[in-house]
Formats: sequence, C-alpha cells, structure tokens
Amino acid sequence: MSGSVAADLLAQLAAIQVILPLLAAPVCVLTGRGGRAWAVALVVSWCAFLTAWGLLSQVLDQGVIRYELGGWAAPWGIEYRIDEINSFVLLIVSGVSSLALIFARTSVAREVPEEKRSLFYCAWMLCLTGLLGITITGDAFNVFVFLEISSLSTYVLVSLGSHRRALVSAFRYLVLGTVGATFILIGVGLLYAMTGTLNMVDLAERIPPVSQTRTVYAAFAFLAVGIGLKMALFPFHAWLPGAYAEAPSAVTAFIAGASTKVAVYVLLRFYFTVFGASFAFGELRFELFLMPLALICILIMSLIAVYQNDIKRTLAYSSLAQIGYMVLGISLVSVAGLTGGIVHLFNHALMKSALFMSLGCVFYRVGSISLASLEGLGRRMPWTLGAFVVGALSLVGVPMTVGFVSKWYLIFAAIDRGWWPLAVFVVLTSLIALAYVWRVVEVAYFRTAREGSAQAEAVEAPVLMLVPLWMLVAASVYFGLDTSLTVGVAERAAETLLGSGR
Amino acid sequence: MSGFAFPPGLILLFGGLVLPFFDSNGRRIIVLGLPLVTLWALWGVPDGPSVTARLLEYEIVLVEGDRLSRLFGTIFTLMAAAGGLFALSSARTVELCASMVYAGASIGVIFAGDLITLFVFWELMAVGSTLVLWSAGTVTAYRASMRYLSIHLLGGVVLMAGIAAWVAATGEIQFGSMTGALSAGGLKAAGAWLILAGFLLNAGAPPLSAWLPDAYPEASPSGMVTLSAFTTKTAVYVLIVGFAGTELLIWLGLYMVFYGIVYALLENDMRRILAYSIVNQVGFMVTGIGIGTVMSLNGSAAHAFTHIIYKALLLMSAGAVLHMTGRRKCSDLGGLIQTMPLTATCGIVGALAISSFPLTSGFISKSMISQGALDQHLTFVWFALAAASAGVFLHAGIKFPWFVFFQKDSGLRPAEPPMGMRVAMVIFAALCIILGVAPGMLYQILPAPVDYVPYTGEHVVAQLQLLLFSGLAFFALLPLMKRTLTISLDWDWCYRRLGPVLARALGSFILSADRIFRDAFLSLLRRGLEEVRAYYGPDSIAAQTWTTAAMVLCAVIALGLYLILLYA
Repeated sequence: MSGSVAADLLAQLAAIQVILPLLAAPVCVLTGRGGRAWAVALVVSWCAFLTAWGLLSQVLDQGVIRYELGGWAAPWGIEYRIDEINSFVLLIVSGVSSLALIFARTSVAREVPEEKRSLFYCAWMLCLTGLLGITITGDAFNVFVFLEISSLSTYVLVSLGSHRRALVSAFRYLVLGTVGATFILIGVGLLYAMTGTLNMVDLAERIPPVSQTRTVYAAFAFLAVGIGLKMALFPFHAWLPGAYAEAPSAVTAFIAGASTKVAVYVLLRFYFTVFGASFAFGELRFELFLMPLALICILIMSLIAVYQNDIKRTLAYSSLAQIGYMVLGISLVSVAGLTGGIVHLFNHALMKSALFMSLGCVFYRVGSISLASLEGLGRRMPWTLGAFVVGALSLVGVPMTVGFVSKWYLIFAAIDRGWWPLAVFVVLTSLIALAYVWRVVEVAYFRTAREGSAQAEAVEAPVLMLVPLWMLVAASVYFGLDTSLTVGVAERAAETLLGSGR
Repeated sequence: MSGFAFPPGLILLFGGLVLPFFDSNGRRIIVLGLPLVTLWALWGVPDGPSVTARLLEYEIVLVEGDRLSRLFGTIFTLMAAAGGLFALSSARTVELCASMVYAGASIGVIFAGDLITLFVFWELMAVGSTLVLWSAGTVTAYRASMRYLSIHLLGGVVLMAGIAAWVAATGEIQFGSMTGALSAGGLKAAGAWLILAGFLLNAGAPPLSAWLPDAYPEASPSGMVTLSAFTTKTAVYVLIVGFAGTELLIWLGLYMVFYGIVYALLENDMRRILAYSIVNQVGFMVTGIGIGTVMSLNGSAAHAFTHIIYKALLLMSAGAVLHMTGRRKCSDLGGLIQTMPLTATCGIVGALAISSFPLTSGFISKSMISQGALDQHLTFVWFALAAASAGVFLHAGIKFPWFVFFQKDSGLRPAEPPMGMRVAMVIFAALCIILGVAPGMLYQILPAPVDYVPYTGEHVVAQLQLLLFSGLAFFALLPLMKRTLTISLDWDWCYRRLGPVLARALGSFILSADRIFRDAFLSLLRRGLEEVRAYYGPDSIAAQTWTTAAMVLCAVIALGLYLILLYA
C-alpha cells in the first residue's frame, strides 16, 4: 500500500508545488506569533524546494510533465505543464526563498515589529505561491492570477521596510505593477478573443492562422510592455531601485533573486512558446525591440550604480543592468545566447541574493548601509564582507565564479553571430561593475572607522545569517567550476524553446 | 616517473596558502623545501600533454612539458628558493605566502598547454604579485600596487578578449605558435594581436613600460627580488612559444633596451635604476624572439635564465643595503664597502654579469642574441645591441656599485645583513660565475642543441674593448653622472657609431613623447569622467527618482510607439 501512496504523491507533485505554500499562508496567520510562523514558512519553503528538485529530475528523465488540475482535461481545464525551463526556474525561486527564510529569522526580528511578523510570513508564502504558480502553469490567464497574488503580496512585503519611505516605494511599485499586470491581462484577453482558448499549447497552435491581424499585433505589444514593466527593463525600470532599497533586507534578498527572474521566464514563455520563435522573432523582429533596450539598460544602469551612496541602491541598479544581460542573451535568438540568458537567471539569483544578504548583515549590526557606514568593516565583520567580495567578483565576472560562466556564454554567443562589438561591450560594462563594487571593497578594507561610530564597535553577524549567506557564496563558486547541471539544463531549455517555434 | 600527474605549479600555490598555519621552523622548511620538490616534480614532467581535464566544452591541458618549459621551470624554482631564503629573515608572512603563490602561478603558466589554463594562472600571477607589492606596508606601496593591479587587470581583459576571439575563430584552445596568424586577417588575426598585446604588457613593452619601474621599487627589499624574476620572464616564455619570429618584436625590443638605459642613467634611486634595467634586459630577450632563429631563441631563453640570477643578485645586494640603512638614493649612499664587503662583492659580481663580462653568466647568454642578429645579417640590430651593451655597463655595471659602495664616504657604517640574506647572495653570485666558467651546463638544457662557442679570442677581446671604453667614459664623465640631471653623455666616446646628437634626441624624444602621451591621456580621462558624472551622478536626470506619473506616462508612450511600429 505504502508504495502506491508514494507513487500517488509523486504523481501529484505538480499540484503540491503550489498548494503547499498557498495553504501555509493562512496557517502562518493562525499561529499568531512571529517565531512559529517563521518555522512554518521555513519548513514549507524547503518542502517546495524538494518538490521542485523532484520535478526537475523527473523532467530531465522523462520529458515534459502534464498535470490536469481537478481532472479537467486541457484545453478546457487548467493544465500545469512542466518542461526544462520552468522546472529550472521553480528550483531557483524555491531555493532562494528557502535560503532567504533562514536568513529572515534574525534579520526580520530587528526590522519588522513583532505584531506584524506572522502577517509578514503569510505575505511571503503568498508571494512564493504566486511566483511558483506563474512558473508552473500552462494557462495564460492563470499566469495573470498568480501574477496578481505574487505582486500584491510583494507590495505588502516592501511596505514593511524600516523607513517610512518604504510606503512610498511600495505605492509606486503598486501603481506600476498594476499597470503592468493590466497590460498583460489585456494582451491575454486579445489573444483569447482571437483564438477562444487560454491554454498556452493550444494558443500556440491557433495563433498562426490569425497571426496577421491587428488584434494579435496589439496583444503582442501589450504583452511586451506589460512584461517589460514586471521585469523592470529600461525604460520601465524606475520603480525597482526604490522597492529594493526600502524593503526589509530578507525581502530584498528574496525578490532580487526570484521575482524578476520569474518575469524574465514569462517573457520567454510568451514569446517563444505562445507566439513561437519564428513568428515573434522571424516575422515581427522582436529582438529589435529587446536588444536596444537591453544595451541601454546595461550601460546606463551600470553607470548610475557607480555614483550611488546607498549600497542597496547600487546593487538595485546593478540588478537592472543584469536583467539587461539576460535580455541581451535572449535577444540573440540562438541556442548559445539563450543558454547564456537562462544560465544567468540562475547565476544572478545566487550572487545577488548573497550580496543583498551580506548588506542585510551589515544593516543588522550597523543600522545603515550607506557607503560611509561600511568603513573599516572588512576587519570587524570578516565573514560578511568576505562573502560580499566573492559575490562582487562574481558580479564582475571573474573566472571560477558563476558570473564568469554567464559572461562566457554571452560573449561566445555574440561572437558566434559575428557581432563582436557586442562582445567588447559586455567586457567593458563588466569593468564598470568592477568600479561600483570596488568602491565598497575600498571603503570596507582600506579605511578605518571613525571613533565612536556604530561601525567601529560592530561585531560579526549572527551565525544564522551567515550560514545561508555562505551557502549561496559556496554555490556561486561551485557552479562557477562545475557547470554540468546549470549549463546542461539551460542548454536543453534553450533548445526546447527554439525548437517549439519551428 | 612518466605516471606523474600533478601540475607542478600547484605545489607552490598550495604551499603559499597553508604557510600561515605553520610556526617559523615549519615555514623555513616549506619556503626552502617546496621549490626543490617542485624542481624535482617538473623534471619528471614528460614531453607533451600529461594532465588534462574537461571544462565547459573544452579539453584543457593543465600540464604540457617540453625542454623550454623545463628550462624556465628550473630557474623559477631556483629563484623561488633563493628569494625565499633572502626574504625569510625580514619579510612579513603575507609577503612569503604571496611570493609562493606568485611563483607557483608563473610555473603554472609555463606548463599550461592551453589558453584557458594559461589565462587562469596568468591572472593568479597578477593577484600574487600585487599582494607581494602590497605587503611592503607603506602608503606609497599601496598606491603603487593599485596602479600595478589596474594595469595588469587591463592586460588580463585584453588577453581574455584575444583568447575569446581566437577560440571563436579557430575552435581550438591549444597554445602554440601564432606568428602566422598575425597576418591572416579576420577574427583569427584580431585574436592573435590581442593576445600578443596582453603578453607584451606583462613584458614591460611600450607604450606601457612605465608600470614596472613605477611599481617594483616600492616593494619591500625582498619583495622586489621576487618581483623581478617572474612576471616579465613568464611573458618572455609565452612570447617565445607564441610569437617567435614576429618582426615587430625586434623593434619593440630595441625600444625597450634604450628606454631602460636612458631612464636608468637619469635615475638617482638605486632600485629604480635596477628596475629600468629589467626593462632594458627584457628588451634584449624580446629582440631575440623577434629575430626568431634557433640561435636567437636559444639566446633569449638562456638570457632569461642568467638574467633572473644576476638581476636577483643585484637586487639582493641593493635590498640588503636598503634593509640595513633604510636609504635608497645614490646621493645618500657611498663608501659602504668598508663595512659591507660581502654585500659589495656580491653586488659587483652581479654588475659584472649584467655587463656580460667574460667569465660571468651574462657573457655566455647575451652574446648568443647578438650572434643571432649577425647570422641573419641584421646589421643595424647588431650595432644597436652592441651599443646597448655599453649602455648597460654604464648604468647597471658601474653606476650602481660605484655610487652605493664606493664614491665619497657617506659616513654610514651598517653591518652586513642577516645570515639568510648573505647565504642567498653568495649562492647566486657563485651561480653567476659557475655558469660563466662552464657554459656547457646551461647550454645542454636549452630548447635546441647549441652550436655556439662563447669563448673565442674575437668575442672576448671585442667585449673587453667595449667595456673598457665605456668604463673610461663613466669616469671621465663622473661629474656629469653625479648630478644625474642630464643625459648628455658623450656616447661616441664609448661607441663612435651612435652620435651624441642622436643619443640626446632619442632621450628627449622618449621623455617628451612619454610625457605628452601620458598628460593627454590623463586629461582626456578626467574630462570623460566628469562628463559621465554629470549625466549619471546622483543628481542627474537618469538617477533621480521618477514620479509615478512620469513612469506610467513612459510606459504608455512606449506602448503607443511600439503599436505604431508594429502596425506600420
């Protein structure tokens, strides 16, 4: 009997992936206390991570998993459809959430008042539900529903930041996020009007006969701008620095690693699977929309990052630039380029979460993360700043870190197409990254703190914060050396995405 | 021992990393023992690829041995041992560790069989050497190390771009001769040129030669000894493998030869004199590589070997003086032979060797390069090299020992340096003379069989004449040299073929060209950075917080524009 129970459970993995965190959200509220809510969230998040791991290995073994929700057959019912690309993103999202939750315990205890903590973890669970749901579903309207779940909970999480400015940032994010979601809804609605279906695979089959209509063109444009807003591509980026900088440290580590990645995934899904590569890129030349924005995004955001005094803002602008790199990889529309973009999804999640966590440690001890407050911390908090240095090296793309692997594939893809000013561009902008992280290293290691300042008395951060931080750092070195998992999956995903359009 | 499968460079690399965890006795054993273990290991490396691994989609060759790499490996390990011995008594732990990592990385480069391995060790070398500089612990050393690091990271980026282009064009990561590809055109040529540029930067070639004399003299007394050996000679090695016979290298090499001489003659700081002299000596080797015949390549390799020994010896002697007196300006020193006879003797042996005095190691190696030029009927090159030999004798052979150990009595009465320093100096001084007396020892491990006899009557007499006259010139011009303000040496005195006008013009041309180039570059850079700040600084439009309305408006306009574009 037990064997068949396990087999039943295994067959329901796809549903468990989303239901578990969804159910955990009200449980968090019911516990009423921060510590218990945290424990619930942590356990559920790790379960979600194991589930994602199980799904990924199942996909790698047996190919695409299709799961019909409630037994309603597609295209009428909602179908979960899991292939290489979204199982990979599921793994990233649940992994970052699990590590950030370990980190959150101590960090949140300082930044969020006790009476709000159970609600905080409830919002976190909802956000996780939303992000996993967007990724796993094979239904275009379902994407919108989960997008709203994750966005609304993210607004709440951002607004819990320790300054009152957090409220303004959350409101700005709310307005822009809603506009983006609305555009996506309009896009999906227009497609539904033309095809009468919402199932993605079904859409992919039914769009070609009607593809030369203005309605489909309009859907194309609405989705492009809507998703652009969600993933903060230039010029739709302006909400992001405020939201990242003002959110509680643990939340920044989570959403920086997970939520924009999911938006990039949505872009891949709609334009490669639903519209199909040959229509979106072959006919409508979507890359001509993406690539200029990506290039401007990388250059301008990197330069702005150099001059920020709030290091969280520096990293937020750097995240914008990194999204530019991912989009750049996608806009090359080749297996190598897509591989670079997808592998950068993973790699950037590792390094940016690690960097934001190490700033969280600094904030925990010093109470500020302006450049000046980092003076002399290299000696006082060696583990925290050591992790920052490794993450920073990875951001620059130094060999033996994950950042190098992504840049390698991007440069390779650019040269492969014969566009090698683009390769030079990638290398030069990496140098700008060196400039903005070097400022931190210089202040932390080569200046001494003023007498009597908070940083002169700071001690090393608590172990519970350092453990997830160093797990990420170790991963960002490990996956810089052993690329068989990340690049292997990304390559297969890229081939699937390109293949599905032909 | 053909089954030996471990990159020899890693022994020193790991040794450097674990060194801090030992007490002083353990450190002594590691610093002196590991280089010898490495030496044993690298002589066991068979010819051809022996350790391979897979990275991304490439088969990388961590170890590939041949005669040339074993030659360079031998001198690098000897240097690491002697440098370590010299450093043990005075250097900080950081410096000892960094020196070992640095030496290990350069041995890694020497045995790298493919471009990726080479690049990784190349960058490790930059990091190790920067740490060596940094560990001097002074503010000027810190600044110098940052300038040094930025130049080398730039070089690393250029090299990496070159490697990426090369791999994209050829699909191969193997490291072999690229001379032919330089004129091939297309991506392949671009890759080869960028790789060449990356290599040359480390060799101290123009236009960025200045990083070397800028950085090295700021290192600690023992740090500079270590630094002098590895970076530039590793560059010589990769140039021999990759770009032998590239004509451009002849002219770059000659430029370096004269650049080093002109600046060394102008200099007053004893260690800066020796730093310029490194550029000058590497110039000889680069010239030899450019000529590209068996004779000249053998010469360049042999010269790298002997140069490491005598330059380290000179710098040990200068380092000992600095360590004991704390002074480094020629005008503050003098008369030290009275209390430091051993240091002085070793310094003089080094000075004789660098001047290619017969019966010293310099004589048996440098003359091979000249012979290479003569064999190819490159008369101008031969003349230039001969003239430069006289110049070397002036600045390194006489100027350094004369002003430090003789000249007027400065009143300083320092004792001899500690035991370790003395032993290291004596060993290297002995090596200089042994190699000079028995050239066969070196000749038999050179990459190609040697068909050259250094000690013929003609060679010896010609060299002695050259040295005699330039020695005379030095003392005749001593009043001028003392002020060290001018380079109006009458060069025709020491070598009639190079007129004084030319010397002066060349000197002032190099000086002014260098200054104009540098000023223009710096002001351009400063103006550019101001512009960037104006547009992207915290108060600029780009970085200001946008109002919510503006953001939404932007999104709507973008949507409208895109719709129009799609409909059109």
